[in-house]
Amino acid sequence: MRAERTRNVISHVVLMFGVVLSIFPFYWMVVMASNTTPDIFSYPPKLVIGPHLFENMGKVLDNIDFFGSMMITLVVSLAVTVLVLFFDSLAAFAFAKYEFPGRDWLFGLLLATFMIPAQLSLVPQFVTLAEFGWIGSLKALIIPGAANAFGIFWMRQYARGAIPDELISAAKVDGAGFFRQYLTVGIPVLRPGLAFLGIFTFINVWNDYLWPLIVMTDPNKLPLQVALQQLNGIYGTDYSMVMAGALMSVIPLIGVFIIGGRHFIADIAAGAMKF
Amino acid sequence: MAVTSKTLPTAVSTTAEPAPPKPPGRFRQALPQYAAISPFFILFAIFGAFPVLFSIWISFHSWDGIGEMKWVGLEQYSYLLADPKFWQSIGNTLIIWVLSTVPMLLLALVIANALHNATRFRSFYRIAYFIPNVTSIVAVTMVFGSIFSNNFGLLNAFLQSIGVTKIEWLTQPWGIKIAIATIVTWRWVGYNAIIFLAGLQAISNDVYEAAKVDGASPRQTFWRITVPLLRPVILFTAVTSTIGGLQIFTESQVLLGDTGGPGGSGMTIVSYLYESAFLDNQFGYGAAIGWALFILIVLFSIVNWRLIGGGDERTARRTARRVATGKENADAR
Repeated sequence: MRAERTRNVISHVVLMFGVVLSIFPFYWMVVMASNTTPDIFSYPPKLVIGPHLFENMGKVLDNIDFFGSMMITLVVSLAVTVLVLFFDSLAAFAFAKYEFPGRDWLFGLLLATFMIPAQLSLVPQFVTLAEFGWIGSLKALIIPGAANAFGIFWMRQYARGAIPDELISAAKVDGAGFFRQYLTVGIPVLRPGLAFLGIFTFINVWNDYLWPLIVMTDPNKLPLQVALQQLNGIYGTDYSMVMAGALMSVIPLIGVFIIGGRHFIADIAAGAMKF
Repeated sequence: MAVTSKTLPTAVSTTAEPAPPKPPGRFRQALPQYAAISPFFILFAIFGAFPVLFSIWISFHSWDGIGEMKWVGLEQYSYLLADPKFWQSIGNTLIIWVLSTVPMLLLALVIANALHNATRFRSFYRIAYFIPNVTSIVAVTMVFGSIFSNNFGLLNAFLQSIGVTKIEWLTQPWGIKIAIATIVTWRWVGYNAIIFLAGLQAISNDVYEAAKVDGASPRQTFWRITVPLLRPVILFTAVTSTIGGLQIFTESQVLLGDTGGPGGSGMTIVSYLYESAFLDNQFGYGAAIGWALFILIVLFSIVNWRLIGGGDERTARRTARRVATGKENADAR
């Protein structure tokens, strides 16, 4: 009993130490964003939150079209999330609950596409989109990612266990077609799975950097991450302003994560266990 | 898996031409299902499969992306193999990968164990550990860039206050790699810990009870029971860390700019790909680097598989070899 208690205490000490390391960079971001640059560059450095946060945020808005960039990223993230949720869950529903010729072969093909690293197709994908005339347009950020193998795989695993065959048979007896069955039987049962896939997709698209950097060439239409890096590159010496920008870019995502976070973490772990 | 295996070769076709012995209209009946799965396959054909095949073609040419493509055969590849910058980028990437993956997985294992033991505040811990992973690499790298900054950085201020000489983190080859590896580690420890935790929770308590009865020490229990039973999960994290680690780009680019810092010490394989294709407009060369990266990822995944996942297979193979060489028979006699 005693050994167990000691172990419990040690565990919490280790965990709290880790939490401090995990959270500290966020605290430091707020400290830098709320002090002036000379304060940060002094020795010893200021370690507490200062009074200049809004002033620094104002400077960000003066230097880049922050809300314009945020709108672009928001539109792209929402559009991709909605499309992914629809296409992935529809495909997963078909793969999980129906027999059709070639189903397993096609699913194997889908899994094989996991093996291809995104960077391999960076150059040819750029060339292809240039051929379509999509470079610089939001289409380049939305369409190629509108359905993905990971989401279909994950939703299929979820749907197989969650949707009872009897419900589908009952819907069939009622004369519902495939799409009706998807809407009335699939969607309601899949809702928790959709919540996870939605948050996962939204976060990934919001944070994506390399692909937007390559295809969004119009300096008046920069997505958030690219605009942020530009702010960093041009005004890199004004730390407090750059950090105010970083802070503003991070807040919406942390909000999304904290709202949906608890289930999300459990689901991501469950997903890994299924591989 | 076995149900439809007879129709495998013709299954890709979605036309309504059933093979004679099958009931008519099987394909037609399944049309809604084919329609449901088609968006992925159509998008993949256009934005995945075609580009990959096209990139082989591009890599055999010299091309700036706008002008005419000039056939050069395997020249891009032979140039690649002799290009010191390419080898440097591979070396940098591998060093950063080791410097980040090893501490990351070990720390994750420690945290997962502690989380498994701790019964209170679990959801608080999980969220606190997972938040780094959902934060954008660009913003995170900017924060760490200021912490590692040569002159005014927090880390150097700390070193100075305890009387240690400052280190030029963002100029020295090793400093740069440690800084990048720190960012990667910080961002992924929590993620991997959560996955290890799920693995730990899947191990039945009976196993531990049995070990306790047999008088196993905690250390023995950990190395003889926990780690072997976690092997599939460790394999998953190792493979994903390898694939991610070999494709590092954003940390280096935001921290050091397009050139990978002084002497290119922070230039990764993807940085070099980006520079070649999109800054120098050498699309053929960029495509060739992409293929080199792909081969590296496949090689390393196989190595991971063999080291961590292939234990049983290895024993089986050893036995097979023994039998083949007649050693087993000789021993028996």
